[in-house]
Amino acid sequence: MREMICICCPMGCRMTVEKTADGYLVTGNTCPRGKAYAIDEMTAPKRMVTSSVPVDGGNFKMVSVKTAVSIPKELIFKALDSLKGVRMTAPVKEGDVVVKNTAGSGVDFIATRNVDKC
Amino acid sequence: MKRNLVIIGGGPAGLAAAIGAYDEGERDILILEREPNLGGILNQCIHNGFGLHTFKEELTGPEYASRFIREVKARNIEYKLNTTVIKLSGEKRVTAVNETDGLMNIDARAVILACGCRERPRGAINIAGCRSAGIFSAGTAQKLVNMEGYMPGKEVVILGSGDIGLIMARRMTSEGAVVKAVVELMPYSSGLNRNIVQCLNDFNIPLKFSHTVVDIKGNGRVKSVVIAPVDEKLNPIMDKAEEISCDCLLLSVGLLPENELAKQAGIALSPVTGGAEVDENMMTLSDGVFECGNVLHVHDLVDFVSEESAHAGKCAARYIAGKIESGSERIKIGTFGGVRYCVPEYVYRGKASEGIGLKMRVNNVYRKVRIKVVADGVEIAGKNKQIVTPGEMETLSLTAEQADKLKNASDVSVGLEVK
Amino acid sequence: MTRIIVIGAGVIGCSVARELAAFDAEVFVFEKGNDVAVGTSKANSGIVHAGFDAHPGSNKAKFNVAGAKLFPALSKELDFPYKNNGAMVLNFSPEGTDKLKELLAQGAENGVEGLRIISGDEARELEPEVSKDVYNALYAPTSGIVGPYEMTIAYAENAAANGVKFCFNRKVDSVVKKPSGGFIVKADGKDYDCDAVVNCAGVHADDVNNTVCRQKEKIIARKGEYMLLDKSYGYLTYCTLFQLPTAMGKGVLVSPTVHGNIIVGPTADDVPDKDNTDTTVDGLNKAFKLASVSVPALTKRMIITQFSGIRAHSEKNDFTIGESDTEGLFNALGIESPGLTSAPAVAKYLSGLIAEKYNLEKNPSFNPKREGIKQFSSMTDKEREEIIRKNPLYGKVVCRCEVVTEGEIVDAIHRVPGAVDLDGLKRRTRAGMGRCQAGFCTPRLMEILARETGRKMTEISKKGTGSELLVGKTKGEKL
Repeated sequence: MREMICICCPMGCRMTVEKTADGYLVTGNTCPRGKAYAIDEMTAPKRMVTSSVPVDGGNFKMVSVKTAVSIPKELIFKALDSLKGVRMTAPVKEGDVVVKNTAGSGVDFIATRNVDKC
Repeated sequence: MKRNLVIIGGGPAGLAAAIGAYDEGERDILILEREPNLGGILNQCIHNGFGLHTFKEELTGPEYASRFIREVKARNIEYKLNTTVIKLSGEKRVTAVNETDGLMNIDARAVILACGCRERPRGAINIAGCRSAGIFSAGTAQKLVNMEGYMPGKEVVILGSGDIGLIMARRMTSEGAVVKAVVELMPYSSGLNRNIVQCLNDFNIPLKFSHTVVDIKGNGRVKSVVIAPVDEKLNPIMDKAEEISCDCLLLSVGLLPENELAKQAGIALSPVTGGAEVDENMMTLSDGVFECGNVLHVHDLVDFVSEESAHAGKCAARYIAGKIESGSERIKIGTFGGVRYCVPEYVYRGKASEGIGLKMRVNNVYRKVRIKVVADGVEIAGKNKQIVTPGEMETLSLTAEQADKLKNASDVSVGLEVK
Repeated sequence: MTRIIVIGAGVIGCSVARELAAFDAEVFVFEKGNDVAVGTSKANSGIVHAGFDAHPGSNKAKFNVAGAKLFPALSKELDFPYKNNGAMVLNFSPEGTDKLKELLAQGAENGVEGLRIISGDEARELEPEVSKDVYNALYAPTSGIVGPYEMTIAYAENAAANGVKFCFNRKVDSVVKKPSGGFIVKADGKDYDCDAVVNCAGVHADDVNNTVCRQKEKIIARKGEYMLLDKSYGYLTYCTLFQLPTAMGKGVLVSPTVHGNIIVGPTADDVPDKDNTDTTVDGLNKAFKLASVSVPALTKRMIITQFSGIRAHSEKNDFTIGESDTEGLFNALGIESPGLTSAPAVAKYLSGLIAEKYNLEKNPSFNPKREGIKQFSSMTDKEREEIIRKNPLYGKVVCRCEVVTEGEIVDAIHRVPGAVDLDGLKRRTRAGMGRCQAGFCTPRLMEILARETGRKMTEISKKGTGSELLVGKTKGEKL
């Protein structure tokens, strides 16, 4: 059994999720969105990971990055580790790949801004 | 120098205002931005969660900004970077400086103030203790970490559970720091649930409601902070105080509209929002001076900043084109039942040609309420909400027909009816 | 050449050094901190007292009145902010009138000009925000306000320009009298020879004195807590508002600063730790509550920052100024209020004594004039245009709240003695002193300091070693 706060709306329902023989029992939710969220969090929680890495010769000192899509929650720190030691060189375009297949997730870290050469 | 429209600030508000004005037909626009880049504070908000409302997808701050920057550039709207406005006169004379142009006096036909807000500093909340290094506002820390690549601390306590504080708790953790606690004076958070879950719970960072920092210790650098629970009157209960060792205290204790220019120009400010008082055209009580975004009132979502600012830009363009009657009679929108403020504060008397969007904040958490606009004792618009919280801005859109009723009533107010 | 070591780079040490520079001598200032004005001189009320407060015949009375008279010309000569704004001592009861009259008589005896007692209504006419409970007041038109650290810095810069050497991060452990005459000053494990020592070590002046003199001294550390209000509330008072001391205590002042903020305080609590400048909840509440008695319109929302300073209170309750029982060691001891006001007179007096004793010639190349950092915020538009044309860095505003430009920051860093940390920049330029309290400009100021002094960002501190602002790079990257 796990307790969680629903993030779907400002209500912030406090829900409990219990594993049953044929799935999950969600209580405390006030709408179906809450139930779906609770089951997702139990079965395959995912998060987008964002950070920034140094860039040389650009109009910004750091280039912000994100995982192109959400990755499994348990990979967050492994993914962040894959950014250590990474340096980019300007120019960088929004969407450029910074780290390929981070933490074996199959997802790339991509730049979220342009950095112009200067 | 003479310009039709000068927009002060090239962040989300200024960019959207420029686009709004351009699309309404105005071509002589100048954006003045003090930082070396357009985009404002979004440049340092590298986390995702922006734009769901506007673009139906989740963007990071820089991505959200770049969509607007592209639009501004596509329209060839002129902007000056590294340019600080140091004075605004009541006659719409903008004095700005930068390295290349020197000092510029720009006489504008309309001015849009879009200069955002600043963080409430330690001094404003009277925390006693040492004056050592290691005490930063959350936004300063965010800039140092995200834009400069430096760590302001290794063991962190965060005071205030506003969104920036929550976001920084996760960010510091992701860079290897230990966030020992987020301490919140109120019994609820002013941040989004989503941030509490994904920034704190995901990393097992404790959130202590109804607690505050009562002392900061350390000589050169912060060594510890003392926190204590507070009673109903928010007074600390000192015999329950505990000391937490840390080398860094981040403050996320509120944002204040940065209205020094408006004050200089003698523009009336609202004591509640800290922003100017505006009418439905986002015009302040000073003719031809408009205000939008976080300098007007602190928003929860940037999407609403963009929307409001586009409207301000459009209205400024209309004003320049002589399509807004100024100086006609205004009626003040009152508030009741837990609504702390409503923007706009005023509407013009007369015929409404289009709808009006009202934005408001409440003073506490209320469940099962109806937000409604009452004109001469009769509800003219409203909506039911399961919950309203101080952290979230509430909006109410009036149709042209409803706006018309508003404009022709003698007594207008917006409030909550608790069911 | 006669070598003199001045211990302490507060307002007394710096003013003494500057006055000594007018003579032909080799003058060093040893300071344990990393800058001038890092002790009591940076955290006090900034008042140029008229001089009615001190007992006639005391050193406090003598140097206060003499010092105050020097300010108008001195502030021009050394280019530091000073304003003659006048002061009132507010009395809240009919019974207090006698005490007010005593003050008036005492002031007259001390030689203070223009003192008069005004009614409560007159007080409110002059200062509309003053409480309706004010019964009457002593008005002192000669009272003024000064930027205390700006004044200290001005003295230091002029001293340095005239050959005085400043040695920072040099903590004096003891002073030893040499049998052959003169002294060895021991600091950080090294010995420094000199002919004369001037002890201006503030709250630690007793420690210095007691290492060499037979007559032992005791300085009590008296903490004073203050709060500073946003400039928007500068209208609250033009005059400095004191409260008439009663059985309840000495009261607190409400005064404008030379920069247009309002300062409130100080409390007065004797503390065991001479270097502990932490503010306390009780202290701040007390100062606020007391100040509200003078100006009821005060609210906590107006406050932008708080700070505290330690005053060097002597058991004798007076300044000890002059040559000690150890020949060649000169003391400026127990310099609490009105020490700032007295500093110019104390410096003249001490330098005179020393010059006479060592037969010092006048320094023919002494230049008494010093030009301060050009303040962009107080220039006319024409001046601004001109200075940006000459140096474009003046077109780059770094601190938006106080409108401080990069030109001023760079100037402050390259002066002698120059700013070496953020607090030093703040005291010299006001960057970070405004309503956002350095929230926006901190990263930029650090960057400029690092660039101009050839240091790494991680070496930049708030107030010297041990107060570095950053702990490392992100991603555990090597520095």
